[in-house]
Amino acid sequence: MLPDLSTLTVHAAREGLRSRAFSAVALTQAFLDRITALNPTLNAYLTVDADGALAMATAADARIVAGEDGPLLGVPIALKDVLVTRGVRTTAGSKILADYVPVWDATVVARLRAAGAVFLGKTNTDEFAMGSSTENSAFGVTRNPWAHDRVPGGSSGGSGAAVAAGLCCAALGTDTGGSVRLPAAFCGVTGLKNSYGRVSRYGLIAFGSSLDSIGILARDARDAASINAVIAGHDPQDATSLDAPVPDYTAALTGPDLRGLRIGVPREYFIEGIQPEVEAAVRAAIDGLVALGATCHEVSLPNTSLGLPVYYLIAPAEASANLARFDGVKYGLRIEGDGLESMMRETRGAGFGPEVKRRIMLGTYALSAGYHDAYYTRAQRARTLIKRDFDHAFEHVDVIASPVAPGTAFRIGEHVDDPLQMYLEDVFTINMNLAGICGVSVPCGLDSNRLPIGLQLMAPAFGEAIALRVADAYQRVTAHHLQRP
Amino acid sequence: MEYEVVIGMEMHVELNTTSKMFCACPARFFGAEPNTQTCPTCLGMPGALPTLNRRAIEDTVLLGMALNCQINTHTFWERKSYWYPDLPKGYQITQYEYPMCHDGAIDLDVRDLSNGWNDVSYAKRVRIRRAHLEEDTGKLTHAGDVSLVDYNRSGVPLVEIVTEPDIFSAHEAYAYLSAIQDIVRYLGIGTADMEKGALRCEPNLSLRPRGSSAFGTKVEIKNLNSLRAVRDSIAFEIERQTALLNAGGRVRQVTLGWDDARGVTVEQRSKEDAHDYRYFPEPDLPPLDIDAAWLGEIRSRLIELPLDKARRYQSALGLSAYDAAVLTSDPAIAAWFERAAGPSPTPARVKAAANWISTDLFRLMKGGVALADVKVQPEQLGELIDLVDAKTVNISTARSVFEEMFASGQSAGAIVAAKGLGQINDVATLSTVVDGVLAASPSQVAQYRAGQEKLFGYFVGQAMKATQGKGNAQVLNTLLRRALGAASQT
Repeated sequence: MLPDLSTLTVHAAREGLRSRAFSAVALTQAFLDRITALNPTLNAYLTVDADGALAMATAADARIVAGEDGPLLGVPIALKDVLVTRGVRTTAGSKILADYVPVWDATVVARLRAAGAVFLGKTNTDEFAMGSSTENSAFGVTRNPWAHDRVPGGSSGGSGAAVAAGLCCAALGTDTGGSVRLPAAFCGVTGLKNSYGRVSRYGLIAFGSSLDSIGILARDARDAASINAVIAGHDPQDATSLDAPVPDYTAALTGPDLRGLRIGVPREYFIEGIQPEVEAAVRAAIDGLVALGATCHEVSLPNTSLGLPVYYLIAPAEASANLARFDGVKYGLRIEGDGLESMMRETRGAGFGPEVKRRIMLGTYALSAGYHDAYYTRAQRARTLIKRDFDHAFEHVDVIASPVAPGTAFRIGEHVDDPLQMYLEDVFTINMNLAGICGVSVPCGLDSNRLPIGLQLMAPAFGEAIALRVADAYQRVTAHHLQRP
Repeated sequence: MEYEVVIGMEMHVELNTTSKMFCACPARFFGAEPNTQTCPTCLGMPGALPTLNRRAIEDTVLLGMALNCQINTHTFWERKSYWYPDLPKGYQITQYEYPMCHDGAIDLDVRDLSNGWNDVSYAKRVRIRRAHLEEDTGKLTHAGDVSLVDYNRSGVPLVEIVTEPDIFSAHEAYAYLSAIQDIVRYLGIGTADMEKGALRCEPNLSLRPRGSSAFGTKVEIKNLNSLRAVRDSIAFEIERQTALLNAGGRVRQVTLGWDDARGVTVEQRSKEDAHDYRYFPEPDLPPLDIDAAWLGEIRSRLIELPLDKARRYQSALGLSAYDAAVLTSDPAIAAWFERAAGPSPTPARVKAAANWISTDLFRLMKGGVALADVKVQPEQLGELIDLVDAKTVNISTARSVFEEMFASGQSAGAIVAAKGLGQINDVATLSTVVDGVLAASPSQVAQYRAGQEKLFGYFVGQAMKATQGKGNAQVLNTLLRRALGAASQT
């Protein structure tokens, strides 16, 4: 008998598959049916690969019958559409790649494939992951399953919505400035942002190469730990991936006892303008952790306010070069003009949306002769200060707790005419990318509109195990993560 | 007015590493079907990332050492942004702020080749401003109204070498280029083949009134596919600009293309649309640190360079500049020569080895044989030289023995023994031969004695024929002169 897909965790799915309560094919078909029913409204998936998914499920069933076991074998998951998948269209949410079918798999995709996971399809994203709402997707906004007139957060909004609506057991997302944590918070699911270098970026369509990280959207920290065990670790194809052993994330989840754990609460993250219900829920969550034995300490991250301006120089600068390859010559959209330069201009003009163009121009400007030192070089220096803030804080505490965002999911269209207001949604998440550290976004309650609130637990670089341990401890004694739309 | 030319050279040398600079594709692409030596990385596909080729870094540092450069042991990669279809990512990964090698110098022996070897020769030093590693681009071909792009070359490691403006003539430019070519080949890090684009150079050239220290307006010359084209294009520009300046004209700052068929430069574009390359550190690659151990490992690959070798061949071995240049043009030839001459050779032996190689060996190799495939070993040539020295064989026999050695790889001694080719040096035996020759040719003897002395060659020929070419020519000469002279006195 098939389980309730809307609450099915990776672990429960594995349990059912292992005990032969259902087959991977049956489970996959059930998800596909649910996607067919709900996706037209939600627009969480841009591409549903039913044939591919069923073929993968069939192969998984054969492995299961052969007695094989594994944390993801036969488990249906979704992939954000900035991760390249062999033979399956990968758009990055952009018209310029609307018909682009990669010839190879990203390293994370290859690892999940080898582990026997079933790929249901590719989820919606802001174009090239540039955005906080999926409103910048060239293929329409994803609706928040908790309130269809609201955004799911972004840029991994399709993945967040797919997990929240029960359209997959879990999903991969990417996080350049908060793009896993914000949709996790807005959609009421658990989001893991990995440290820079923990997971290979090979096959992740780059936005800001020094900031991009691959993360997970899941129902709970335990599922995130299982998936991370598969995707994390050194990859010779990514020179920035850390060549060091990966801790056993599942073994790190040691239970609800948090005695000896020091939690830092940064005063710069509890500021005016934060939605009162958000602050109350986050403070209550911190009290909950203290009740499990942790101690609470005020910390200071004095350069916090530099984060947004620094990010909006470095990320666009890198993006301006990363997106130069989309010129109509080799793949993707091509609009013939009269001559080479006109073909490139026409293609890029028609292929990129307004936010992408805005950031390319911003980045190009920041790197141009005469402005380079004033903008790009200074931003890099300020980035060092931000990183140093975290280094100092983590000398005194094990994790730092804060809200994920100042508010809950906003209405579709609410910020579209005000990019700056939109950028502020990432004010609590962006600095972690600048510092390269990791963290988890955990549901910690609902506001009066019954919209989820996210607690952010930050940990030092390569401290995923401790962030997951604290999140898991919290989820063992609370039920916020079990709430469904 | 009299003008002098000031030239700075910018050149690109392709490294012949096994794989490309940032991916595992083969770097030796010449002759391959277009776009077959490619992967997501060198095609700039979305999501692809570069990884580092250690060997390319080592080869670049090695070249820097050979050019007496300072080595930056801490450097990083940068992105250089510009648009062109042969640049798949829209940026080139290169080095800008901290080139791997900088502030070096190369010594040259400049020869004015227009008047033959050894005509005008002087020592010259050209300072190297920088040498850094970057990736090559693909190749664009225009075919009618379409353009085709081949990415096989995309990502091949490329060393850019920039000189100070230290070159003052077309011949110096030629000498500089061929010196770099020799060094690259010596170190085994590239073919430096200009015809195949493995070495490309773009001279920057300006004229100024002789004696002036200010620089004139600079032009850049592109599309140079041979050393000769470099020399000829510079000579052409000097002449063109001198005429222009003398006529009161002004040189414009342009990029010129060399039309090899017509022997003229053609304006390609003016420099006004200068690029802003927007360099910034490549975030996909960590900074590069070369520690002392690695540096030492690279330094151990540094061998004696062609110029040093040629100078040593002249000063220590007494070879002529010509022989030294011929033998050092290729490190394999030089090594072959040194093995053939043997340890601490006499000047005569050095000269003999040099002659054998530059005449007989090269003649036999003309059929397209590579030195590596030559069957005869240099030590075997040494043995042949010994046999000639010991008068076991005469020089003409030795030549045919060497042909045999080249064909079969057998030793000289074995061939001489098997064919009974040993030289006859015994005076008594040869006297008998001489007597027989004179007895068989009474009329010639009479004519000779009547004053027709040119018939002497006839007698030598007959004697040689009688000994099947093995007679010691010197001994036969003496015996013949004695016998013919003695007879005339009776």
